[in-house]
Amino acid sequence: MAEPKPALDSLPLKAHAASLNFHYGDFHALKKIDMPIYDKRVTALIGPSGCGKSTFLRCFNRMHDLYPGNRYEGEIRLHPDNVNLLDRAVDPIEVRMRLSMVFQKPNPFPKTIFENIAYGLRVRGINRRAVLEEKVEEALRGAALWNEAKDRLHEQAFNLSGGQQQRLCIARALATEPEILLFDEPTSALDPIATASIEELIAELKQKVTILIVTHNMQQAARVSDFTAYMYLGELIEYGWTDDIFIKPQNPQTEAYITGRFG
Amino acid sequence: MPHSEHLSKQYDSDLEDIRSRVLQMGGLVEAQILAAIECFGSGNYDLMAQVTDTDRRVNSYEIEIDDACAHVIAKRQPAAGDLRLIMAVSKIVTDLERTGDEAEKIARMAKNIYDRGRLQIPRSADVRHAGNLAVAMLRRVLDAMARLDAAEAERIIDEDAAIDDEFRGIVRQLVTFVMEDPRTISTVLDIVWIAKAIERIGDHAKNIAEQVIYIVHGTDVRHTVKEGHGEPDGGPQ
Repeated sequence: MAEPKPALDSLPLKAHAASLNFHYGDFHALKKIDMPIYDKRVTALIGPSGCGKSTFLRCFNRMHDLYPGNRYEGEIRLHPDNVNLLDRAVDPIEVRMRLSMVFQKPNPFPKTIFENIAYGLRVRGINRRAVLEEKVEEALRGAALWNEAKDRLHEQAFNLSGGQQQRLCIARALATEPEILLFDEPTSALDPIATASIEELIAELKQKVTILIVTHNMQQAARVSDFTAYMYLGELIEYGWTDDIFIKPQNPQTEAYITGRFG
Repeated sequence: MPHSEHLSKQYDSDLEDIRSRVLQMGGLVEAQILAAIECFGSGNYDLMAQVTDTDRRVNSYEIEIDDACAHVIAKRQPAAGDLRLIMAVSKIVTDLERTGDEAEKIARMAKNIYDRGRLQIPRSADVRHAGNLAVAMLRRVLDAMARLDAAEAERIIDEDAAIDDEFRGIVRQLVTFVMEDPRTISTVLDIVWIAKAIERIGDHAKNIAEQVIYIVHGTDVRHTVKEGHGEPDGGPQ
């Protein structure tokens, strides 16, 4: 049975977007998005291709800064310190220390399993072998990969299966103890078994970290998330508890999309 | 609910097929009750056999429709309005099947009465009147389902109280009747069973109306008793 849902204003916020606009040059990709991201909850972003969901996700770790001509307006505030992630004065590298991203295709570094995870820690000046070993084990356990990887830590990461590589990327993201994990279609390149293990992992991870996930798979959004945001043409059409969105959405556009009537 | 079509034409036709089979099943049940009430009024034995026969068809509709719902869930993972439709249909067919059972019960009790050779049936007109109210309620709720008319469904829920009142009235009068002439007790008991079956048909129609509201608005109005609309007390269970 579904548990009664707590009142939204009783939930702590981890971040929130306020009047967020984003432009790729002349193209207005995100239009005045206001959205809460609740602490230690999973928020799923759904919508057809080109709706802006990945663009929105990438604003959180300032990925768009890498290309000239991209422009943000508005704010993404990170709580509890209320810093605006989009503020020019905020170093994107600092931002990425607090928010880690996992991509669609597993993209381990061409290094050993151990070094993949230790890399981010070394960048942060952690070099003591004992500390690294401890952190690597912790991250691998957190990503449910320890049992499979503990005897092959010094093998190349590419020797792992696709699902294992993706969990390694999650372990790599976890090693630096981020406050928010950003998942950009993390299972779209995986088979159903590997997908199920990642979904299971998401359910465990949300006890410790806030998760924002972009997915094309609506059933996946329904299974893993607490909140769902439906976006279309750069606008946030509907946001709410996942149960409500999938059983009785308020907006006919949301209904059309999630029932497969879109087009 | 949006009325546009799914990207998958097969999905559209699967849902449409389920919807139309529920309405066909409902039409069959409606005819079954009318025939059962007619049996009670006229003692037509052929019609009684027909009511029993129809019940077999109603039962197989229930199985087929439930199976079709399971297929849609397995293959399409319906969401939102589609999910509500499938969930509701699965409950509606149970109510329709039980309504069919009640019709069969009416025909069986009518046969008992006529087997006993009674020509004078106390409160016959009242019972038939209540029966016609119940049939009308079922017909209207099936219409409301076909048209996704939640306002009509709400009116039907309110009207169930009228059938409950009829039932209470019939029982009260039959009690007086038995007290005056205890030899009528077997017949009166059969009539009470018939009246109870009619009252149950009203309840099933009301349940279906609640499901129509769920399909349209996504709100679950079951067990939300309005003032003065309680269950009828007394009577055989």
